[in-house]
Amino acid sequence: VDQVGFRQHVRLMSNPHERDKASPRADQPVRRRRAHATSRDLERYASLFARRTQVMRSSAMRDLMAITARPEVISLAGGLPDTSTFPSDSFAAQMTRIAHESSAQALQYGPTEGFEETKACILEVMAAEGMSPDPDDLIVTSGGQQAIDLITKTLVDPGDPVICEAPTYPGAVPTFCSYEADVHQVSTDDDGMRTCELEELLAGLATAGRRPKFIYSVPSFQNPAGVTLSEQRRRRLVELAREHEVLIVEDNPYGLLRYDGELQPTLYSLDGGDYVLYLGTLSKILSPGIRIGWVAAPPPVLEKIGLGKQAADLCTSTLSQYFVREYFGEGRWREYIEDLVEIYRSRRDAMLDALERYFPEQADWTRPEGGLFLWATLPDYIDTTDLLAKALRENVAFVPGRAAYVDGRGAASMRLNFSASGEEVLREGIRRIGHVVSEQMALYETITGEHRISPEPEDDAPGGDVVPLPRRE
Amino acid sequence: VKVAVLKGGSSLERGVSLRSAARVEDALGELGHEPIGIDVGPDLVSTLRAERPDVVFIALHGPGGEDGTVQELLEILDLPYTGPGVAACALCINKVAAKHEMRAAALPTPDWAAFNATAFRELGAGDTLDEIEDRLGFPLVVKPASQGSSLGVEFASRREEVPEALVAAFSYDDRVLLERYVKGRELAVSMLDGEPLPVVEAIPREEDFFNFEARYEIGRTTYVCPAELGDEQTRQVQELAGGTYETLGCSGFARVDLMLGDRGPEVLEVNAIPGLTDTSLFPMAAEAAGIDFTQLVERILASARERPASEATLPA
Repeated sequence: VDQVGFRQHVRLMSNPHERDKASPRADQPVRRRRAHATSRDLERYASLFARRTQVMRSSAMRDLMAITARPEVISLAGGLPDTSTFPSDSFAAQMTRIAHESSAQALQYGPTEGFEETKACILEVMAAEGMSPDPDDLIVTSGGQQAIDLITKTLVDPGDPVICEAPTYPGAVPTFCSYEADVHQVSTDDDGMRTCELEELLAGLATAGRRPKFIYSVPSFQNPAGVTLSEQRRRRLVELAREHEVLIVEDNPYGLLRYDGELQPTLYSLDGGDYVLYLGTLSKILSPGIRIGWVAAPPPVLEKIGLGKQAADLCTSTLSQYFVREYFGEGRWREYIEDLVEIYRSRRDAMLDALERYFPEQADWTRPEGGLFLWATLPDYIDTTDLLAKALRENVAFVPGRAAYVDGRGAASMRLNFSASGEEVLREGIRRIGHVVSEQMALYETITGEHRISPEPEDDAPGGDVVPLPRRE
Repeated sequence: VKVAVLKGGSSLERGVSLRSAARVEDALGELGHEPIGIDVGPDLVSTLRAERPDVVFIALHGPGGEDGTVQELLEILDLPYTGPGVAACALCINKVAAKHEMRAAALPTPDWAAFNATAFRELGAGDTLDEIEDRLGFPLVVKPASQGSSLGVEFASRREEVPEALVAAFSYDDRVLLERYVKGRELAVSMLDGEPLPVVEAIPREEDFFNFEARYEIGRTTYVCPAELGDEQTRQVQELAGGTYETLGCSGFARVDLMLGDRGPEVLEVNAIPGLTDTSLFPMAAEAAGIDFTQLVERILASARERPASEATLPA
């Protein structure tokens, strides 16, 4: 699940002014928009808003992101899987079969917890990562994002501590904030969340008489950092949760998208499902458009989540679930993932090569073994939110790091997506970002007089007016 | 009347522009005109030639739309358009040039120093920062010379924060200014056909004071219109705004942003094409003057059509 890029996409798609104007058909009603609110109306609405909307913030970044949807912009900002490789012929055949054989049911409501057949498919996916839950421990959700929302709704009262990684999945931040959670972030390194820091935090909270409700983690190929929690830390994390009787929310959207390295046991399998709520999704291995995710949780928790789900949307799209059943029925879902793995591995490698070539020596980045993202960190005097403005002038975009923190940290970092663009495009995108970063670094050095740099351009400098900086070769 | 509404474009204020334009198009429809929304891109000229609008409503913000570029094109195409002309736009978008004009006309504006990136790279401008900081004092404001919104505006409260603030501001423009910080009330005077509308005051919530993003959100900044000023002060503020509008050669409309501090009102900048969204200050001020949004659009449109050809300022 990725919201930052995706939300923009949806926002623009849903804005009629952004669409090509289709010729109006006779049977189409004339679209008439309601009169716009006056400023006095707005003040009146503002007084009606719930307190929690105060922490549900939009930002200047969102306006910047509006530009990333323009065709000339290379966007490394989204989190979109590449759905272009999905064979349209089989899609057509599957949907046709549904229409012919199950039309009435596919158009009907379904059970809140999801169809048994959908759960059977989910069990296959979970088995591929060494998990075998009881189907009754599963609930099908409208994507992984709804699972995060339902879990937070079920567990968090305003002010309750929630622990997550630093940086954390940017799409989880607004969810935690809208339930007024007190979010604590534990820093990460190449082996994922630092469990020793987590231990201190848990002890500190316990001393203060406060009990966190859950620890949210994306242990494999984390969004946004791209790092993977080591086995040792996985075991430690599960131990700590048991000791402190705190739940773990394991969000694992990318687990099967591994390009190298060893398969790691999921927290859910290490724990046996007592303290771990497991979140899965078909978004990255099939399609984000069908909105199919799930939660595996102990029965008492699952029951409450089910009630929440009922209140939220009654059931997950029946049509989507029929599609999932058809698709898995053909038995080729693993091959499709293997194809994706091949494609994404080359793209990751292309991005890593480009970073070596075009990013300055002072920059650092993670080297993910799977997933869709990597995380690059620049010298701390560069704010990537501002840098994005400059990058957009070069027609390239990324996600500024601040979005992954609740406390303003992450300003010098950026999330880069390598799944949604071809290798040449990725290289060009990284070249452009490297160019603006180098310019800003050179500027800072001349302002502070750290060391003067001769304005003589190097032959292989990426642009005419770039002040050359040492590069990795 | 066939009205082309120019919107979007690639400026950082694209989102605001699309929201402004949506409202304008609706209002034009209500007025019985024929609005044609055009998202500005490389095909702008050919689209305009094909559509042959009677008049062009410019709902673009930021560089490209607000800096005289589009206006220049429209004059070449001989199409009447709304808002200030080429020269006024070019002046307003460049805060540095605008401040020089104001200073020359004895209109109060906070003291400043401006540099482009080249000055730092090649001329050692960094060595003058000590003097500038002594002259302007702390906190000081660092801002890009040509962004319409608050993007890239930074406060530096100490010497050590200045380089970082400069780098941030240089992300938005090749030219930035360091400006004396004015402690006081934030006011905006919208001008319509050369006449000042009621003054709007923006009152940010305490904790959001140094957070410019808060300015754009309902509930985080309170807007008061008409601002609670005495008659004399209102007159003084409106007069200053009017003087600035005249000095920069604006026509049609514009919004003048001011600070009211110890030294009386001082002008920060003029927006040649102020926002027209649900939460924008210009429509808010018009509303306070009894002009609803549709009427406002009608008046703006009328001023575009009345523009005498001689006002077209094609530079030699």
